[in-house]
Amino acid sequence: MKTWIAFWSIVRKDMKAYYLKPPNVSWGLLFPLAWTGMFLIRSGQDTHSLQSVLPGMIALSVLFGTSSMLAVAVTFEKKARAFDRLLLSPIPLVLLMLAKTSGAILFGMFNALVPVLLGFWFADLSGTDWSMVVPAVLLIAVVSTYLSLLLAILATEVFEVQTLSNFVRFPMIFLCGLFFPVTALPWFLQPLSFMLPLTYGVDILHAAIQGEQILPAALDFAALAGFCLLLFSLSLHSINRHWIG
Amino acid sequence: MTGPAIRARGLKKRFGEVRAVGGIDIEVSKGELFGFLGPNGAGKTTTMSMLTGLSRPDAGSIEIGGIDCSRNPKAAQHLIGVVSDESNLYPELSGFDNLCFSGALYGMRRQDRSRKASELLELFGLVDASSRKFSGYSKGMKRRLVIAAAIMHSPPLLFLDEPTSGIDVESSRMIRQLLTGLHRQGVTIFLTTHFIGEAERLCDRIAFIASGRIVRTDTVERLLQPVQGRYALTVSLSGGCPIPLGELEVAFPGLDFQLQAPDELRVESGEPLKAGSLVRFLEDRGVEVIEARKRVLSLEDVFVEITGIGAGSMLKEKEGRWR
Repeated sequence: MKTWIAFWSIVRKDMKAYYLKPPNVSWGLLFPLAWTGMFLIRSGQDTHSLQSVLPGMIALSVLFGTSSMLAVAVTFEKKARAFDRLLLSPIPLVLLMLAKTSGAILFGMFNALVPVLLGFWFADLSGTDWSMVVPAVLLIAVVSTYLSLLLAILATEVFEVQTLSNFVRFPMIFLCGLFFPVTALPWFLQPLSFMLPLTYGVDILHAAIQGEQILPAALDFAALAGFCLLLFSLSLHSINRHWIG
Repeated sequence: MTGPAIRARGLKKRFGEVRAVGGIDIEVSKGELFGFLGPNGAGKTTTMSMLTGLSRPDAGSIEIGGIDCSRNPKAAQHLIGVVSDESNLYPELSGFDNLCFSGALYGMRRQDRSRKASELLELFGLVDASSRKFSGYSKGMKRRLVIAAAIMHSPPLLFLDEPTSGIDVESSRMIRQLLTGLHRQGVTIFLTTHFIGEAERLCDRIAFIASGRIVRTDTVERLLQPVQGRYALTVSLSGGCPIPLGELEVAFPGLDFQLQAPDELRVESGEPLKAGSLVRFLEDRGVEVIEARKRVLSLEDVFVEITGIGAGSMLKEKEGRWR
């Protein structure tokens, strides 16, 4: 019970101090709006075209929503030694890191609402399988949060983590089938796509929204869950090694 | 807490090729105010990090309140409050919210947190700034709030790393009074400081650490014994001292002369010293005296003798870090 008080306080503190700050909220709205708007104009309000880019837009919004603030916040807190306060508290490390990443996950999911709402307005989403979209968005948010957590732990400066994040995020936009199928990539790049977690998340979203997919949904979910576990374990290992070592 | 508040045996820590701590033993009794003194790079912060669970020792064991830290570090962390050498609270949160958050990390309930935060803000003279963001606090206010945050959960053991470094006189005095108050209430305090006078005034026992090894641990009383009732006179000279020390000792029997630096003469005696006759003696022989400072020998002199490190240079090193 006492540990949960600490857990919720960390989540609430991060939401207050970082995620719900007006510039962050406006960025969280503006970024997906700009991207979705751009694709909407490009598609010429063709419903099918919009449906085809919507999975990519959702994934992109979640990816940038989760990774932008968390990496900076963690690096900043570590540099200012505010993170030491958390490490010195009696909350177990696993729970501490779950609390620390929850804000980013929630914010990433909130970002996904923008393209979804625009999709409702401009496209026909009646055939969408929401029971697949919601868990897929959650898992994409979790996996990209843990990826950015790992990058934050490996970096020492805020500018380092921003560079590292972009180094990972931007290739993912092209390699994960966000706006064109992975199968359309040159053959030598395709294995690389399947090494990236977002590919599996986008595949579920394509299946749920368009009914088109490369892999069975169960395999996509299993791969995403596996990536979540792997990245979280690596993050814990890195904290133990680099920060408490 | 059962057993001593802190018991550390054979603590070692290396960072690559550098030996930060080379096998030290520390035992601090319950209710004791223990000083940990040493120059920069001596291993103070590394030792404190190991004792508080922020770093793992390469070898050795640590018990906090009878709890083996290698087996149950989180239970041990429940017993401690830590004030790091940096004011590391959250700049975006107000003073009140920072305290409440600190309490929440230790599982305090909302009402208890609010009540305790209000009490501490009152005690630390920060009521007027309670709703102001931490980033807007002065250095002294920040240090006070950091200490308040460390005692939110009423820990029986408090670690403080340089609590009065780089802050105004009033805040320093207030912090010293607060530490004395906590000590009287039975809180065990582990204090690292560069202000030797502060350690002499506050601490029951002191350990001197140099190059990763504890060179002496004793009560302040015992440490002071060799210099008790001893007086010193430091004479700064322009162009050095051309007079042999032997000649000075013949002219002033009972005084011990030492050349601390080429242009600094140190005189020690068991009697209060009179500077005038010595200054006249030197000037009559063509030595230009810039300044003569009299003082009673203190823990600073003991520290210099034991570690071979000038207390002044230690302080300068530290202040340099703050600029």
